[in-house]
Amino acid sequence: MDDADGAFIDVRDLTKTFTVRRRSGLLRRTATRVHAVDGISFVLRRGEMTGFIGPNGAGKSTTVKMLTGILTPTSGRLRVAGVDPWRERTRLVRRIGVVFGQRTTLWWDLPLRDSYGLVRRMYRIPRARFEENLARCVELLELGDLLDVPVRQLSLGQRMRGDITAALLHDPDVLYLDEPTIGLDIVSKARVRQFLLTLNAERGTTVLLTTHDLSDIEQLCERVVVIDHGRLMYDGPLAGLHEVGRGERTLVVDLERELPPIEGIPGARTVRTEGPRQWLAFPASASAAPLVSRLAAEYPLVDLSIREPDIEDVIARMYAG
Amino acid sequence: MADGKPRSLSPGPGGRLGTLLDDAVWGLRAYGFIVAMWVRSTMAYRASFLIMLAANFATAGLDFAAIMIMFAQVDALGGFTLPEVAFLYGTSCVAFGLSDLLLGTAERVGRRVRDGTMDVLLTRPVPVLSQLAADRFALRRLGRVIQGSLVLGWSLTRLEVDWTPGRVALLASMVLCGAAIFGCLFVVGGAFQFWAQDASEVQNAFTYGGTTLLQYPPTVFGKDLVRGVTFVVPLAFVNWLPALRLLGRDDPLGLPDWLDLAAPAVALLCCAVTGLVWRAGLRAYRSTGS
Repeated sequence: MDDADGAFIDVRDLTKTFTVRRRSGLLRRTATRVHAVDGISFVLRRGEMTGFIGPNGAGKSTTVKMLTGILTPTSGRLRVAGVDPWRERTRLVRRIGVVFGQRTTLWWDLPLRDSYGLVRRMYRIPRARFEENLARCVELLELGDLLDVPVRQLSLGQRMRGDITAALLHDPDVLYLDEPTIGLDIVSKARVRQFLLTLNAERGTTVLLTTHDLSDIEQLCERVVVIDHGRLMYDGPLAGLHEVGRGERTLVVDLERELPPIEGIPGARTVRTEGPRQWLAFPASASAAPLVSRLAAEYPLVDLSIREPDIEDVIARMYAG
Repeated sequence: MADGKPRSLSPGPGGRLGTLLDDAVWGLRAYGFIVAMWVRSTMAYRASFLIMLAANFATAGLDFAAIMIMFAQVDALGGFTLPEVAFLYGTSCVAFGLSDLLLGTAERVGRRVRDGTMDVLLTRPVPVLSQLAADRFALRRLGRVIQGSLVLGWSLTRLEVDWTPGRVALLASMVLCGAAIFGCLFVVGGAFQFWAQDASEVQNAFTYGGTTLLQYPPTVFGKDLVRGVTFVVPLAFVNWLPALRLLGRDDPLGLPDWLDLAAPAVALLCCAVTGLVWRAGLRAYRSTGS
C-alpha cells in the first residue's frame, strides 16, 4: 500500500521523451527528440489536495497520463498506491478516478443512468455500495433530474458533474481532475468546488487537479506543483507561489474621455492606455479598494474591472525572476 | 450473479497462462454486458431500429441483385451455375456479416486516438479491445447476416450435394472460421491505426473488398490475384477452398486437397497473430501517445 514514509503518489526523476518525425524533404524525414517531461520528482500523501499547474505544453497532461497508466515513462520511478501504473494498469485503475474536462468519459448516446450501470459492471462495484455512492453524488451534485437525459443533451456544467460522479462510484483512493472547471459558469464552478472539498474532507480522497484557473487552486488546494518545459518549477503552498511569481493584478479603468496616463496613485503604475481606457498594474497581495476610491476621487470614472493574474503570467514572472 | 464479488487482485494459482485466461474471460464478459446495454438502448426506439435493419438488409441485397442480373444473360459465370454462385455469396455474406456485427467497430482506433477518447478507454479496468468492439454495437448489421442466410438457404435447396455429417460440419466451420478471419482483419486494421491513424481506408479494401471478391467464383479472376488472396490474406480459406470441395470442383491453383480442411487451423493462427499485433499496437500507443 503506502510507502513507509507515507507517500501515496511517489514520482522520482520521471522523464518522458517523444520522438517526433517531421518531413523535411520529399522523402527525407528528420526525427527530433522532445523531452515532454524532464526529470520531475514529487511526493503526495494520502488525502492531500494538490494543484498541478503550468502553461500549455508544459508536460502536465503527459505526467497525468503516466500517473494513470495510459503512457509508459521513458525513465524514472513511479508508484501510485504502491502500484506501478504502467505495468499494472488494470489493477491500478480500480483504485483511481479520472475526469478529463475537455472530453467526457461517459457514453455520449446513453442516459446518465445507463452509463453509471455500465461503470458499475466494469468496476464490479457491489450493488449496495453503488446505490449508496450514486445517491450521495446525485444529492450533492444535484443530478436528480438529469439521470434519464442522454449525455449529449447535457450542458457542459451538467456533463462535468455527471463525469465526476462516474469517476467516484467505485470509491477511488485518488482522483485526477484535468481542467474540471473549464468553460463552466460561476454556479457550476462553485458546486463542483464545494463537492470536491466535501469529498476530500469526508472520504480522505487524494486529489490532483490541473487547471488554468488560479481561483480553483485558491479555493481547493493547500499545495501547488508547478511545471514548465517538463521541469519542476515550484512545489509548496499557494501563497509562496504568489511571492515567487510576484503576481500582479490589473485594474482596467474606463474614463469619461481620453486623458494622459494616470499618475500619482501609490502602489499602482499605468502599463497601457488606449483612448479613454487605461490599464493599471498593482501587487496581487494589495487590496484594490483604496486604489479604486483614490481613482474615483481624482478622475472622471465611467467603469472599471479587475483582472486576476493568470497562471501563465505568474509562471512567466517566476522564470524572469 | 457474480457481480457482488469484487475480483481478487492477485494473479490466480494458474500463473501467467491462468491470468491470460482470466483476462480473456473477463474481456468477453465485459464485451457482453456493454453490447447488452447498447441493444437495450437501441430497442428503446423499436420502429427506428426496424427501419435501419430493413435498410441494411436491402443494401446488402443489392449485391446479389447484381449477380441475378448477370445470370439473366448467361447460364454460368466462370463455369459456376446460379445456385453455386449463390452458395459462395451466401457463405461469404454470412461470415462477413457476423464479423462486422460483432467486431466492426474495432476499426475506430484512428478516430479515437485523434479525439483523445482512447485515453478514456485506457482508464477503465476492461480490456481496450472489448470496449472498442462493443462500443455502439449496431444490431441493425444483422440485416446483412439475414440476407446472406436467405440466399444461402435458397442455394442449399437447389444444389445437388449429398449432405453427410462431415459436409455439414465443413459448411459450419466454413462460416465460423470465415467470420473469425474477417474479424481478425478488422482488429489488425484497427491495430495498424495505432501507427498510422488514417489506415482505415486501406483496411476497408481488405474487408469490404475481400467480401465482394469472395462472392464470385474464383475462376472469373486472374490466377495471380487468386494466389495473392490465398497466401497474403487468408481469405480463400473462408470460402473458396472449402466451397470448391463441397461443390465437388477442382481448385484453379491445383493445391493439395488437405488444404481445403485447414480453415480452422488458419483461423486459429490468424487469431493468435492478431492478438500479438493488437498488443504491439497498444504498446506503441502507450509509449508514444497521440
